[in-house]
Amino acid sequence: MEVNRRQFFKLSAAQIGTASLVGMGFSPSQALAEVRQYKLMGARETRNTCTYCSVGCGVILYSLGDGARNAKSEIFHIEGDPDHPVSRGSLCPKGAGLLDFIHSPKRLQYPEVREAGSSEWKRIGWHDAIHRIARHMKADRDANIVATNADGVPVNRWLTTAMLTASAGSNETGIITQKFLRSLGIIATDAQARVCHGPTVSALASTFGRGAMTNSWVDIKNADFILVMGGNAAEAHPVGFKWAIEAKKTRGSKLMVVDPRYNRTAAVSDLYLPIRAGADIPFLGGVINWLIANDKIHWDYVKAYTNASFIVGDGFAFEDGLFSGYDEAKDKYDHSSWTYALDEAGNARTDPTLQHPRCVWQLMKAHFARYTPEVVTNLCGTPVDGFLEVCKQLGETARPDKVGTILYALGWTQHTVGAQNIRTMAIIQLLLGNMGMPGGGVNALRGHSNIQGLSDLGLLSTSLPGYLTLPNEKDHPDFASYLAKTTPKPLQPGQMNYWGNTPKFFVSLMKWLWGDNARQDNDWGYHWLPKWDKLYDVLHIVELMHQGKMNGFIVQGFNPLASFPDANKVTESFSKLKYMVIIDPIATETSTFWQNHGDSHDVDPARIQTEVFRLPSTCFAEEDGAIVNSSRWLQWHWKGADAPGEAKGDNEIIGELFTALREQYRKEGGKVAEPILNVAWNYRDPAAPSPEELAKEMNGKALADLPDPKEPGKFLARKGEQIPGFAALQDDGSTASACWIFAGCWTQAGNQMARRDNSDTGLGNTPGWAWAWPANRRILYNRASCDPAGQPWDAKRKLIGWNGEKWAGADIPDFKADAGPDSGMNPFIMNPEGVARLFCTDKLADGPFPEHYEPMESPIGTNPLHPKVVSSPAVRIFNTDRERLGTHHDYPYVGTTYRLTEHFQFWTKSVLLNAIAQPEQFVEIGEALAREKGIVQGDTVKVSSKRGFIKAKAVVTKRLMALKVNGQTVHQIGIPLHWGWEGVAQKGYLTNSLPPAVGDCNTQTPEYKSFLVNLEKA
Amino acid sequence: MALQSLDITRRSASPTASPQARKTIEIAKLIDVSTCIGCKACQVACSEWNDIREEVGHNIGVYDNPTDLSADAWTVMRFAEEESNGKLEWLIRKDGCMHCADPGCLKACPSPGAIIQYSNGIVDFHQENCIGCGYCISGCPFNVPRISQQDNKAYKCTMCSDRVAVGMEPACVKTCPTGAIQFGSKEDMKQLAASRVADLKTRGYAGAGLYDPQGVGGTHVMYVLHHADKPQQYSGLPKDPQISPAVQLWKGWLKPLATVGIAAAGLFGFFHYITVGPNHADDEEDDTAANVGRKEKQEDKA
Repeated sequence: MEVNRRQFFKLSAAQIGTASLVGMGFSPSQALAEVRQYKLMGARETRNTCTYCSVGCGVILYSLGDGARNAKSEIFHIEGDPDHPVSRGSLCPKGAGLLDFIHSPKRLQYPEVREAGSSEWKRIGWHDAIHRIARHMKADRDANIVATNADGVPVNRWLTTAMLTASAGSNETGIITQKFLRSLGIIATDAQARVCHGPTVSALASTFGRGAMTNSWVDIKNADFILVMGGNAAEAHPVGFKWAIEAKKTRGSKLMVVDPRYNRTAAVSDLYLPIRAGADIPFLGGVINWLIANDKIHWDYVKAYTNASFIVGDGFAFEDGLFSGYDEAKDKYDHSSWTYALDEAGNARTDPTLQHPRCVWQLMKAHFARYTPEVVTNLCGTPVDGFLEVCKQLGETARPDKVGTILYALGWTQHTVGAQNIRTMAIIQLLLGNMGMPGGGVNALRGHSNIQGLSDLGLLSTSLPGYLTLPNEKDHPDFASYLAKTTPKPLQPGQMNYWGNTPKFFVSLMKWLWGDNARQDNDWGYHWLPKWDKLYDVLHIVELMHQGKMNGFIVQGFNPLASFPDANKVTESFSKLKYMVIIDPIATETSTFWQNHGDSHDVDPARIQTEVFRLPSTCFAEEDGAIVNSSRWLQWHWKGADAPGEAKGDNEIIGELFTALREQYRKEGGKVAEPILNVAWNYRDPAAPSPEELAKEMNGKALADLPDPKEPGKFLARKGEQIPGFAALQDDGSTASACWIFAGCWTQAGNQMARRDNSDTGLGNTPGWAWAWPANRRILYNRASCDPAGQPWDAKRKLIGWNGEKWAGADIPDFKADAGPDSGMNPFIMNPEGVARLFCTDKLADGPFPEHYEPMESPIGTNPLHPKVVSSPAVRIFNTDRERLGTHHDYPYVGTTYRLTEHFQFWTKSVLLNAIAQPEQFVEIGEALAREKGIVQGDTVKVSSKRGFIKAKAVVTKRLMALKVNGQTVHQIGIPLHWGWEGVAQKGYLTNSLPPAVGDCNTQTPEYKSFLVNLEKA
Repeated sequence: MALQSLDITRRSASPTASPQARKTIEIAKLIDVSTCIGCKACQVACSEWNDIREEVGHNIGVYDNPTDLSADAWTVMRFAEEESNGKLEWLIRKDGCMHCADPGCLKACPSPGAIIQYSNGIVDFHQENCIGCGYCISGCPFNVPRISQQDNKAYKCTMCSDRVAVGMEPACVKTCPTGAIQFGSKEDMKQLAASRVADLKTRGYAGAGLYDPQGVGGTHVMYVLHHADKPQQYSGLPKDPQISPAVQLWKGWLKPLATVGIAAAGLFGFFHYITVGPNHADDEEDDTAANVGRKEKQEDKA
């Protein structure tokens, strides 16, 4: 700073002026310097869990008043819980801003209705709201429920009202909603899992037996190499990512990122590689090819613990992009040839030498031989040297004492080949022997705070709790056929084949659902269950609405208008509904889909005849309950304050709605009334089932004394007691359990989910903190961390071991505790094979091996591997949606959508602190493309697809690079998804008006990650 | 009188020295830029703890929001895309008060007790004593303090002195998801920094180092930088920050002069008091000074 004469005088004058004051004794310093008083001194502390993502960070709510009845609790500060083993006091920008969510001006205060054609909300009372909704539901159900199908099978399907359920809701809300849905016959239902990690469940279950993140957040610190691909862990799961940084700091581990954008994870990586969105299988297939060609295989592991040696049946083939069994006329695969060759005893034939030309190893080797480094570069646009560096790093972990992990999320799931992206990585981890190992695994970083729980509880169209399937009308017309088809037989001798216990799980579920009305003589109420004909996933639901075949839509804690693809189609579809019910803590775009918001949402309220009810619900801080984080931990949380205004808990809203409906059926009768009248709704207050009651039901209880088969005279549980775990479940009606995998969460010893012992038993395991399914095991398939003889592959990484009598160690064995190494039992206990599947037989719709197919909108318009089969032949797409696909001639750029760390979905734009941190919609454009289009930093641009457009600010960046793909230049545009018209941030457009309504072949999770757009200066 | 919870080393424009007998731990915050993901949790936690909310702004073509420090935003993340050795890097720096050992703001401040340096190293502003002149801004080599439009007083990071006073870590430190912000004794932070620098050197960052600039006597907010030789790459972090010449001037030869002035003024005041009556602060002078502050703030924004 230069001092000029004037400044000098001013400075001196001010100093002298004030100094004289001091001299005169007017010194303000007599009010002594003092820090601001610590504001939490007497505040009440309540333990809770962050409501946003599935890291499940511990939070402490600080509220006014010490709990005295005369003091009204008000939460005035929230910070991280330092005792929490994962978060250790940290919170990301969303968690750190939770206070402004609780107190958001967008919180709903009282029930409202928007009458047909009206342009405003009208406040109504709860009683009116519930009864008007129940009236709508009964009228629609009575008019449209399908009681039996053409074959006379009772199907109890109510297809004209759909319901979405909330993945930020608690398990307790989830399970009561499951009961509500199925007793009514609703199968057009989904939770956020459908638009999120659906493919994870398919891919991981079809490979390892269970569809969940295999390791835990803290365990990431044990990795020697960390690959982040198909996800952006730093951005989406910052606190879980802490443990990747820990590995870097303490082990010197390398972190590499493969992503279309140089993102926040890349900012702290050792190597970043660009990739074209939608070209993950070529990259990962190339890795498989490289590992095989360079002999970077953990041979002992592969031979013992995978199906590499299994012989595949003669009918299986792969030619020119098609697997055997493709029926061109039906546009569908017949999977019957995708199986093993069986011997006379029904076991799969094997060749332990791996030389048999039809063994999985040889077929796999040939399949991936096409994915050479040149092919990888040509399809992905990734520099070949970088690709080889990743191969090399991964290859290092083939050693038993080196372990690598993968962190991925929606960058892999949200593609037509979503499940197969994940399968490819699962194969890599098996080849390297990284499954079941501390620091290894395939780590699916799930989205919402309880999306794992909602998946576990089967809140998806064709699921039931505990990964049981809802009966299908053709496969399971009766109870006997259901059990026969869902109870697998072992494919190798001596295997645990845990799904062999399906009858115990299912009958216990029926006992929970129908109570005393479920009896052996009525097949435990089997025929009261709805039976599905097709999958009614969200894309299908919207299509049916669009066709005018749906009348009602109940939306619990979900913002489908913002989160479903092709928002303009969604708006048209909603406009055809008779009634819509919104249950939410905050105002969503869905609830105001009938409002005109100019350019961004140009509708005429007068022409929309949908009656919309909006019911305010509590948020996480205002209720008790458990949510399940990505590592399968069920963590209990406690209420810190009352909800604002007249808001009610979700359990209460469902309870009131159900009891109102049941009353109508009791008094007036109605179609297919039996399931409604017979469902067990025996709660202390039927209109408000309590979280404790519901949590106990999920664990399950003994309905009769359960003798211990091993020790005569002893009992596993006495009548009326909570069962100790799923091993106590019976198939004779003597146990009831709503979700068998949760058995053990609330035993006779009390609420295990509320445990807070964070002692580390080794390698970062904290089995005394909360409770994990299954059976409190923290690392899945941990038997595979030991060699067949029962010794850890890596002595420094001993998780469990065989001590001569049983398996024991830092973690609870994911195995039969007393099955010794000589038992021949293998680690993947859920699979009838006992081993993991490199070749996943008929478990997936689009092939037993992954294969690269182009996105439905491909920037190159061909598939160089097999030009006749460009996109996946197993894709399901409705005609209306097919017509809305664009080509690279009209829409030359690849659009890819994603989250930002400052925001959570469409939710935190209503949270002031987050709106401040990231206030306005933008898109990211590479410098080359920006130059070409004359766009500079901060310009407003228009991004359009065949389906719609958005306008947003331009962030011009070096972090998006133009790629060379199949001889042409491909530009990618990054499109964050968080904006809309509700909230306290700057208003924006619905990003999801851009992507197409087409989904993953197995789960219909939409292809948000790769589609075609055009770009212009607005 | 309020409870005095932290020992004071010095106060702005105060004639009497603070007691120096007690020896407390010198604390520091270490920001490891190489593990910072720029998530802004620190920004949010800071605003939440300190009960401040900046206005909802606009996107100006970068990730930075709020786009600058303000009286309602005491720390902001600054994002810079840099290429070195043909490799793209996204350098993300948490900007805010550095809590200098030799604080230019305190030296420049003409208002007694408006700026305090505690013996643990925290430099804190006491708004009730602030006259809004903006000299702290001129005195700061890092351009950190900001005058509030609302109450015309200067604000900046307090290092959560209210938390530290009761033995806790600052809010930003606690919340940091990746542990890029650490807190402890300055000694421990230097050791931690050394281990981070060693790790970075093994990863090919030959210029890695600790940023603890001696031009201001060292700081109580330090950075681990991958390129400590080029701090300017990190959104203009000064390579060799110095207290501005105006302030040095004032502390150099002007201060003795002022002492004479004080004595003279005291004497004059005494006689003035007994002959005329009590003295009053010069309102006009204050206003002028405040306007300077506002103007500078606007220039910063532009």
